[in-house]
Amino acid sequence: MPSIAVLRFPGSNCDDDTRHALDEVLGADARLVWHTERDLGDAAAVVVPGGFSYGDYLRSGALAAHSPVMEAVRAFARRGGPVLGICNGFQILTEAGLLPGALAQNDGLRFECRDVFVRVEHSSAYTRGYRAHAVLRLPIAHHEGRYVADEATLERLEGEGRVALRYVRHDGAVDPAANPNGSLHAIAGIVDERGTVLGMMPHPERAVEPLLGGIDGRGLLEALIDTAVRA
Amino acid sequence: MSTPETLRLGHGHAAVAIPERVPTTPDGVVAHADHAATFGLSADEFALMLTHLGRDPVAVEAAMFGALWSEHCGYKNSRPLLRRLPTEGPQVLQGPGENAGVVDLGDGWGVAFKMESHNHPSAVEPFQGAATGVGGILRDIFAMGARPFAVLDALRFGDVTTARTRYLLDGVVRGIAGYGNAIGVPTVGGEIGFHPCFEQNPLVNVMALGLLRHEQLQSGTVGEAGNLLVYVGSRTGRDGLGGAVFASADLTDASDADRPAVQVGDPFLEKLLLEACLEAIDADLVVGVQDMGAAGLTSSVAEMAHRAGRGVDLRVDLVPRREIGMSALEVMLSESQERMVLTARPDQVEALLTLLRRWELEALVVGRVAAHDRFRLWEGDRLVGDMPVAPLNEAPTYVREGREAATVRAARERDLTGLALPDDAGAVLLELLADPNVASKQAVYRQYDHQVMTNGVVLPGAADAAVMRIKGSRRGVAATVDCNHRYVYLAPRRGAALAVVEAARNLAAVGATPLGVTDNLNFGNPTVAETYYQLQEAVEGLREACLALSTPVTGGNVSLYNQYRTEAGQLAIHPTPTVGMVGVLPDVERRAVAGFRRDGDVVVLIGAGAPSIGASTYLWCVHGIEAGAPPELDLAAADRLVRCLAGMVQDGHVDTAHDVGDGGLAVAVAEMALLGDRGARIDVPAAFAPRWDAALFGEAATLALVALPEHRVGDVTAAAAAMDLAAHRLGVVGGGRLSIRHDGAPGGGLDLDLEALRSAFEGTIAEALAV
Repeated sequence: MPSIAVLRFPGSNCDDDTRHALDEVLGADARLVWHTERDLGDAAAVVVPGGFSYGDYLRSGALAAHSPVMEAVRAFARRGGPVLGICNGFQILTEAGLLPGALAQNDGLRFECRDVFVRVEHSSAYTRGYRAHAVLRLPIAHHEGRYVADEATLERLEGEGRVALRYVRHDGAVDPAANPNGSLHAIAGIVDERGTVLGMMPHPERAVEPLLGGIDGRGLLEALIDTAVRA
Repeated sequence: MSTPETLRLGHGHAAVAIPERVPTTPDGVVAHADHAATFGLSADEFALMLTHLGRDPVAVEAAMFGALWSEHCGYKNSRPLLRRLPTEGPQVLQGPGENAGVVDLGDGWGVAFKMESHNHPSAVEPFQGAATGVGGILRDIFAMGARPFAVLDALRFGDVTTARTRYLLDGVVRGIAGYGNAIGVPTVGGEIGFHPCFEQNPLVNVMALGLLRHEQLQSGTVGEAGNLLVYVGSRTGRDGLGGAVFASADLTDASDADRPAVQVGDPFLEKLLLEACLEAIDADLVVGVQDMGAAGLTSSVAEMAHRAGRGVDLRVDLVPRREIGMSALEVMLSESQERMVLTARPDQVEALLTLLRRWELEALVVGRVAAHDRFRLWEGDRLVGDMPVAPLNEAPTYVREGREAATVRAARERDLTGLALPDDAGAVLLELLADPNVASKQAVYRQYDHQVMTNGVVLPGAADAAVMRIKGSRRGVAATVDCNHRYVYLAPRRGAALAVVEAARNLAAVGATPLGVTDNLNFGNPTVAETYYQLQEAVEGLREACLALSTPVTGGNVSLYNQYRTEAGQLAIHPTPTVGMVGVLPDVERRAVAGFRRDGDVVVLIGAGAPSIGASTYLWCVHGIEAGAPPELDLAAADRLVRCLAGMVQDGHVDTAHDVGDGGLAVAVAEMALLGDRGARIDVPAAFAPRWDAALFGEAATLALVALPEHRVGDVTAAAAAMDLAAHRLGVVGGGRLSIRHDGAPGGGLDLDLEALRSAFEGTIAEALAV
């Protein structure tokens, strides 16, 4: 079985949670890959997990984007390999230029940890496990999660169907009150032009076990595993 | 392999030996008795130090004695009292005396846990004070070989409406979040109280839990002579100089000038330290592990040496520094954060250094364990300090005469029978729900990452205690922190016992069996007889309750001098012996939360005794009176309730439970309704309490509510009867309103829309945090 590489930067803190979700809960073969590695080995998919890589000093994700392993991830993504960035991982992917835009400080100026509702906007390799426009309940935990991009980029993302997840109310309606961080267009997750790189602020790895209160994140991670198996 | 003569120290390039011929007197500036106060020592203590040294001390020696004999490190005033606390039990894997206590969870698992205060630093710099409080307690946990997996905080502030309180609350919460969220240890619970007595002296007590397998348990020891001391982590700077002494003195208007005594935290570096230390322990490369906390290198090395009954030679000149020109004294007393001392065998030290450096940490050998019994400091081949290890660690203790304050006794004995009854029960409930002590703390815990590590089964605000699963096991761990400072103020012995009982009840309400206690004793100046009395009595109360509930105390912290000197006189805090308690759930699938789960469930009140208004939140909040005696306490009944409640949940009869605490029965039912988003219709028997306000809002020590389907009511009633506890059927869950009927109340009770309750409950703290 091909393995899934979960990157580990100094300061990553959702690395083991993500490995646990993929490996022990969902039955994939997931392994941690240290940031100094230049080779992803036999990995068929890459997850850039959440945390505070390099302490989030300078700017969230900015230092990690320049680490040796990210060179390998760029090459991997260029070949069409699936890459999922979660929370700090999303920030790293934007800093590394694999996804457009940036994640700015929440409009409430505070760290937000709670469950939110997101709507599956367009079917992609990552969201094929869900019904169209399914509303998922997923946890967020971030201080810099407000998605920002210039108007042209936003238009392109919308026009090309690359907004993967959007913050909504529990009934699926877009509502500024349901946007936890002031993200433009209530964007919670986007994919790259090929649809193989996904960055998202919510934490699917925290929503795969009923014991922890919900399993709405399973579909995303199972789709990643499925893609890796087929690769 | 290195021999002692060619020992390689420092970064391993130079062969530097500790000289074999030891001079009789260290080099350095001699300190004299008239400087005693400079080093935080009394004249008598200075004289005692002279007898231990047999000569005049050099300044660094006097400073090290001063730091280790400070209240903060030496427990001068509390140690004789703390000996009264029960510390033993079959579940105790590690009692007091190490970095943290450890209790057995079963199946080879253990939980390390401890609570510590960072009150004084937080009073002058709330963000860094609280952040470094989190950092310090986490190091204590991983020094035990345990992986930290939960943090809880007990916080106290002044009046919620003042600018100072809002500044401190905001800063402390951001500090806890800033450190805990970054290092990736979830903040899973706690309590926050507000009272004018904490206006100048906020309390920041942080409790951390760590999980370990029994065989991973570590000790803070130096082991055998010849072992090497490895310094790892942050460089040593001038920050936090004299923090232990600072924490042992009253705060004054000039305390803001002490800001350099507050340390600055770096959670990123600590995350590396945590991972590196745990990996080194797993690889069996360390003999002992110790955090550099208060009094830094001085206390960590002295404690490790003392535990092993050994001496040490320390090369002060090799300690990595952040600044040039630092003296030995500054290096030895610095409280720079994120530093650890590890001891290693000489044949393993290179492997250990390699491992630590792979985590991008600075790590080097700075000393050696010796066959002598001295703590010797060297700068190259110059001896700059030479002290006997044992006396350094054995601060003189003081037993004082305590005396109850006449004003407190008068307040407790005040006759409350003539107190006017309110004319609207509903208005009282809304007022209580909006009281900052009762109100929802959601606006606070949303700033904490409470889900990282993916173990949180019962999250903040959902129940009386936090519950974490153990990956790879059916078991769960529950934790809570509790103290009603008003109870302790009015009746220190009973109040402290009530704190233990409340903590145990909170654990039982989620389905956990209590295992052990860590306590954080926050008091005023112990040289004041009325304060000493509070401390003395509170410790007795803790003792009685911990014995009755079989919850030994495995460690803790004492924070004295929590008072503020002004020209008007002394302003002391209410005595606050915070109780942190951990418990085990045999099967984490069988647990309870506080919110109602199903329409049609029957609400049953279980326990013994009647509620009373003495010392209650109701009395303070609605009548502005701080008087009366705290609830009657029958420790045997309290223990039976804990066992009964935990048993009902563990047997699968009950999945909804909440203790009756601040604000009494009405507030407890309202919280269950709000958390479950379901109303209820409750009938309170007229005989429940002599006054209707006591029946609805009075407080009690041994009452809890459960909600369960009709067909299980018989099981619960029988279980209660078997424990000699009463079970009253009070009403039924359902609808969008909360109705509480009492024949004696005006209009027959109260009937309120859930939304009205919610806006009262959720507004206060959110508003206090609004910038």
